[in-house]
Amino acid sequence: MSDTNDEKQKQREGRWAPSVEHLNVGELPRGARGLNVQGRHVSGALQGFGQMWQKTYRVRLPAVGMSAVEAMQIWKAEFPNFQPPATRFYPPMSGIEPGQIIFINLMLPVFFGLNMIPVESGVMVLYADDESFSVMTPEGFPVSGWNTFSIFEEDGCLVAQVQSMDRAADPIYELGTLLMGGARRQEENWTHVLTKLAERLNVTGQTVEMKKECVDPRWQWRHAMNVWQNASVRTVLYIMAAPLRWARNATRRSKA
Amino acid sequence: MTQAKLKTAVRNIGDDVTVIDIQGDINATTDGVLTEAFAQASNGARAIIMNFSGLKYMNSSGIGLLVTLLIRANRQKQKLLSYGLSDHYKQIFELTRLNEAIGIYNGESEAAAAAASK
Repeated sequence: MSDTNDEKQKQREGRWAPSVEHLNVGELPRGARGLNVQGRHVSGALQGFGQMWQKTYRVRLPAVGMSAVEAMQIWKAEFPNFQPPATRFYPPMSGIEPGQIIFINLMLPVFFGLNMIPVESGVMVLYADDESFSVMTPEGFPVSGWNTFSIFEEDGCLVAQVQSMDRAADPIYELGTLLMGGARRQEENWTHVLTKLAERLNVTGQTVEMKKECVDPRWQWRHAMNVWQNASVRTVLYIMAAPLRWARNATRRSKA
Repeated sequence: MTQAKLKTAVRNIGDDVTVIDIQGDINATTDGVLTEAFAQASNGARAIIMNFSGLKYMNSSGIGLLVTLLIRANRQKQKLLSYGLSDHYKQIFELTRLNEAIGIYNGESEAAAAAASK
């Protein structure tokens, strides 16, 4: 009996990512460059700068004809397919497992909701079980916090849910969130994901509901210096330095 | 969602310090139980100690719930401390960096002494 309990306990513990000091990129999925992840600490909602928001997006999946576990298997396996066009997800080759990194390329809006600023980074899978998984952001990511994706049964109907608890990571991102349409873009993204998931599960005509609550309206000035890790600034600098890298590589080749 | 599997008890250990004894699971379904216990514990308290000795299981929603309680405690200028975490959950607190805001102690007397300091 105690062996069974120990086994159950081990199984439950295995749903969490192993403790890490710094993120280690390892082998990159095809297409991902792995910028702004290697060596970064993970950063939760307590370590960011901006106002902390909890947002919950839900869509009901009536008559879907499968269990929550089966629906979640599809969500995990096809996760990148549900993203909006301006966002690319590169899941780990071994699938969504605790401790793995999902690489992300996205564009941030600047004026009139236009996508203008690229960001390359990733998130760590913090927790995963049969019906849910959570990701946690690294330093420099636009937001600092967690996202949980889950499917569960409520009143005899499956519900797919995305719940975020985060705050803008630094003052630049907070400016983008409040004044340049960043918050709206985030809400549109997760609404899009749930709509596409419902479509994939042959559910139509269901509206994605969103509830949001400002958990902490204060700015955490002690984390203002997170700006040094800003993945957007670093991605832009990386792109701008492309000619220099090209020239350096050409020089090396000619010397060899 | 499954039935809530959490029991809590709130004790006053003097000096405006209260303890919440946790028995069971912390996840999205036990949100209401823990929030209610926290409201009871925070009434007039200067510090709240969470006793995790009876914690059986916590998932990532549970971490979000603890963050919400921590923010409430901060707003009310209350300290939030903990003891009784297993090695596994101590590791989870470190991984999610909750340990930077919720003090982790080995036992109730140690946590109570920390609550009394400052």
